[in-house]
Amino acid sequence: MKQSLPTITKIKNFFIEIGELTYFSNRFFKELFSTPFEFKELLRQCYYVGNKSLGLVLITGFIIGLVLTIQTRPTLEQFGAEAWMPSMVSISLIREIGPIITALICAGRIGSGIGAELGSMRVTEQIDAMEVSGTNPFKYLVVTRILATTLMIPILVIFGDAMGLLGSFIIENLKGDVSFFLYFDKVFHAIEFSDVLPATIKTFFFGYAIGLVGCYKGYYCNKGTVGVGVAANSAVVYASMLLFIIDFIAVFITDIFI
Amino acid sequence: MIDVKKKPILEIKNLNKKFGDNQVLNGFNLELFEGENLVVMGKSGSGKSVMIKCLVGLIEPDSGSIKVMGKELTNLNQSQFDALRTEIGFLFQGSALYDSMTVRENLEFPLRRHINRFKSHTNTKTLVEEALTNVGLLHAIDLMPSELSGGMKRRVAIARTLILKPKIILYDEPTSGLDPITSKEIIQLMVNIQEQHKTSSIIITHDVDCARVIANRMILLINGKNYIEGSYTDLNKSSDEKVKAFFK
Repeated sequence: MKQSLPTITKIKNFFIEIGELTYFSNRFFKELFSTPFEFKELLRQCYYVGNKSLGLVLITGFIIGLVLTIQTRPTLEQFGAEAWMPSMVSISLIREIGPIITALICAGRIGSGIGAELGSMRVTEQIDAMEVSGTNPFKYLVVTRILATTLMIPILVIFGDAMGLLGSFIIENLKGDVSFFLYFDKVFHAIEFSDVLPATIKTFFFGYAIGLVGCYKGYYCNKGTVGVGVAANSAVVYASMLLFIIDFIAVFITDIFI
Repeated sequence: MIDVKKKPILEIKNLNKKFGDNQVLNGFNLELFEGENLVVMGKSGSGKSVMIKCLVGLIEPDSGSIKVMGKELTNLNQSQFDALRTEIGFLFQGSALYDSMTVRENLEFPLRRHINRFKSHTNTKTLVEEALTNVGLLHAIDLMPSELSGGMKRRVAIARTLILKPKIILYDEPTSGLDPITSKEIIQLMVNIQEQHKTSSIIITHDVDCARVIANRMILLINGKNYIEGSYTDLNKSSDEKVKAFFK
């Protein structure tokens, strides 16, 4: 009995957290369409989210493109199928690798940043000060951040994919003497609308999940400075888990309809 | 001596708040009169901060009545409550300056929604500069909070509290964490504010020197209830052991 009690408590806490996160999410949609709109803060957050992660996303995307091409080339060569390289790399990058890797990078960089920032604002009573001054802190801090991640992650994914393809082209050019126009002609022939659309739609959900979890963990942070660390850390863990769940659902739905 | 008119601007009746099994406020009553500085003293964890947070809606009481300027808080909708909040300034214990904003932006923040309370020719810049001049920190207008000392942060927080020209100011431990000299400066600033702006204030403090200088009246909060009430002199002369413990 003594051994099972903590497990029951953990399961109970897990479901409580799911419930609270759902309530937090509902509150976001409720406040999203109510006035006043915080456009200036939204633009500032969009700039921060995009600017903070762009460099990392570009470098990572480029390296993934390089590595994917280097490691796949020998196998394709065995079958004399090197010509399929642009098609294979572009489909795998655009459909799956680009979105999920970019989202994971952003969960680490942006999600933890949001969790730590809001957590620190909570423990130093800055959120209370905002509320007392007659500003709705949920609208000012949470709605703008979730909206910014929802809008900016898809853009970052597009940049990441583009850099991945560029990296892949460089290897193909060095090893296979493929021209820029030939490579990208093959890429655009291989990609269909049904590859791009679901992959792009799911990135909005990725962005929403990263913002939502980061804000939730930070906004309800307690236990002082230790709580700030916990908020930042759990924002990354929960967001990463949520990304894989969303990815699975997206792939599942795509597989049914397309 | 401050002239205290006998008209309550804020009334608390039978306020109760419980956290789990801990009954923090247990039928607490308070009346704050216009132009009065009311000091509330009590041990750490006695519910002083909970009480003033109930006044601005940061904590919801379990039961009881809170009337601010004749309006019962529980009867107000969110927009009415937000409007009433502009009449109440709140100085947080740790200053609570927005650390991603400069001093100027910190002071401009409360004005974003409420600039229409002032005359049409009044602009944000003038109000910010005026508030900072009042606390002697105009030179720090473009600094970040991290570049300020503890005393300067407290002064900026007071300026931010004053910028909407509230009728009531709630001070939560205004001198905690400050050295004795800076504490005296902050206390003098609070006295000056009361004289200039004719505000009514509730001051939560452990600092007996602060209470001696500023209090028109004092309430001792023990076990969530009003234990004793009176002037500083009355309480200082009390023979009750629990009261004497605060003045040793």
